[in-house]
Amino acid sequence: MMSKNRADAPVLLEARGVCKYFGGLKAIENVDMTIRKGDVFGIIGPNGAGKTTFFNICTGVFAPTKGEILLHGENIAGLTPEEIARKRMARTFQNIQLFKFMSVLENVQIGCHINTKTRMFDAVFQTKTYKKDEQYIAERSMDILQKIGLEEFAEMKAGNLPYGSQRKVEIARALALDPEILLLDEPAAGMNPNETMELREFILQLNEAGYTIVVIEHDMKFIMNSCNHILVLNFGQKIFEGAPEQVKANHDVQVAYFGKGIIARG
Amino acid sequence: MKKVKNTIVKYKLFFILAGLAILLLLPLVITKSVYMRHVCNVLIFATLASSLNIINGYSGQMCLGQAGFFAVGAYTCAILTTNYGWSFWVVWPVAGCLAALMGYLVSLPTLRLQGIYLSFVTLGFSEIIRIIAQTWTPVTGGNMGIKGIPFPIIFGKELFKPHDYYYILLATLLLFLFITSRILRSRIGRAWISIREESNAARSLGVEISRYKSMNFTYGAFWAGMIGAAYAPYVNFVDSSQFSLDTGFDALAMVVIGGQGTLIGPIIGSVVVTVLTESLRFLQYWRFVIYALIIIAMMWVRPQGIAGASNSILAGGKIRRSSRKKAISRNR
Repeated sequence: MMSKNRADAPVLLEARGVCKYFGGLKAIENVDMTIRKGDVFGIIGPNGAGKTTFFNICTGVFAPTKGEILLHGENIAGLTPEEIARKRMARTFQNIQLFKFMSVLENVQIGCHINTKTRMFDAVFQTKTYKKDEQYIAERSMDILQKIGLEEFAEMKAGNLPYGSQRKVEIARALALDPEILLLDEPAAGMNPNETMELREFILQLNEAGYTIVVIEHDMKFIMNSCNHILVLNFGQKIFEGAPEQVKANHDVQVAYFGKGIIARG
Repeated sequence: MKKVKNTIVKYKLFFILAGLAILLLLPLVITKSVYMRHVCNVLIFATLASSLNIINGYSGQMCLGQAGFFAVGAYTCAILTTNYGWSFWVVWPVAGCLAALMGYLVSLPTLRLQGIYLSFVTLGFSEIIRIIAQTWTPVTGGNMGIKGIPFPIIFGKELFKPHDYYYILLATLLLFLFITSRILRSRIGRAWISIREESNAARSLGVEISRYKSMNFTYGAFWAGMIGAAYAPYVNFVDSSQFSLDTGFDALAMVVIGGQGTLIGPIIGSVVVTVLTESLRFLQYWRFVIYALIIIAMMWVRPQGIAGASNSILAGGKIRRSSRKKAISRNR
């Protein structure tokens, strides 16, 4: 999917002059961003740079103080997370937020929520809609679990799984939404190098399959090897946006990561 | 324990049919009216506690005002049948719907509230309903209450003996269980549970939590109203003292003791609490102390209740170590 000519792909998600203030704290200040269809888009920055806050603004957890978030050219700033999910934008969380005491399968089943339309009447009288929905949910969730390699854990409580697999369940659950764009908040955190490698492969596979992916990550190797475009934040401000090679070469980015002294001497 | 569970699952239909047969034949075995009254009380409280369990157990909201919805149902039935001569069978669903409407209205301002704040609002609502019942004399009879509520008539037979009334109450409970279990097995039930488990994640998956919370509240209130309406002719007399906060807390105790978030839990809770209160009657006021001690011990030993699963968020939110280790070793 990663086309050589990124500029030709249509714009999917766009941020224009987004600001978020918490009282006097300027968590995000005037950030612009353009994500195009087929991107694996990375957001990086030192600790406390505002990456997750920015993510939360895009997914509706916070409304921006100023600015617009455009999905397919439509302003979604200020919509609730559930409305944004209906616009087929799915996310995972930095601190895993699984339904810990539900089985892995049930976790994924809840992801199918927006694509089904059973009402109370349908459920009580088990109408055609109900049967169709339940069949769809059963097939789709098993299908996703198979793709992500978790089918043998389908009946296990999600909280019992090891950390790396829990992250996978979160991704599986988000995929059940059938999203166009998938936002991953530090998906490799707490994973060992092997698991990180597998995850990278998996993300690239998803991208091949047509999903646009936005990823926050601390692991530089991970970001540089998997993303085709990167946004760098520092102290709530955008300091650079561009292809991985450009990011590596950029002076401001080096200063943000290594400090002024080292760069000047180096 | 697991063996027992497996056998029950295997012969599920048999157990259900046997249970039904026992329940249907119970009035033939218990001949004394006094005992039958206790059985009827168990059924009434089982349904009331179950309706509370919908709200507290399944969507994780904390409602303390179930007595309010119960009162709305009971008074609607009492007023319409006694003063206006409506048939019980017409009034019954009307009372349920009115309680549901109340539930919906209470849920609207409370959607942004959680935990203890929501509890306060529902507590207040319950008291408001009770005080209205106590003071609005022209309609509710005030302190005098409403007397001589007509018994329901079926096939020309007046159901005033507990032995007959038992079947109305049993039918209510069974209908509740049937409908609710179907709802819980649909995406609506899963949405409710997802809100209880992790509401942020539920939102990110497109579950409109406000809508489902208020749907949940409305549904719980509906059944409280239904059982309230069935309760009024059974006792033949309603006044505001029957719907004090104590009633709501009794129902809550049954849900907690029996096991939140399970269908059978509130029924077990109702049986246990009713049997205890009746069998300890000789201790007079001391029985409340015993009752309190049992609840404390219960919270300590088995916070998820008698029927609750130990691997549930309602058991104190811990994942058992042993099963986690097993999972990890299996994965390697």
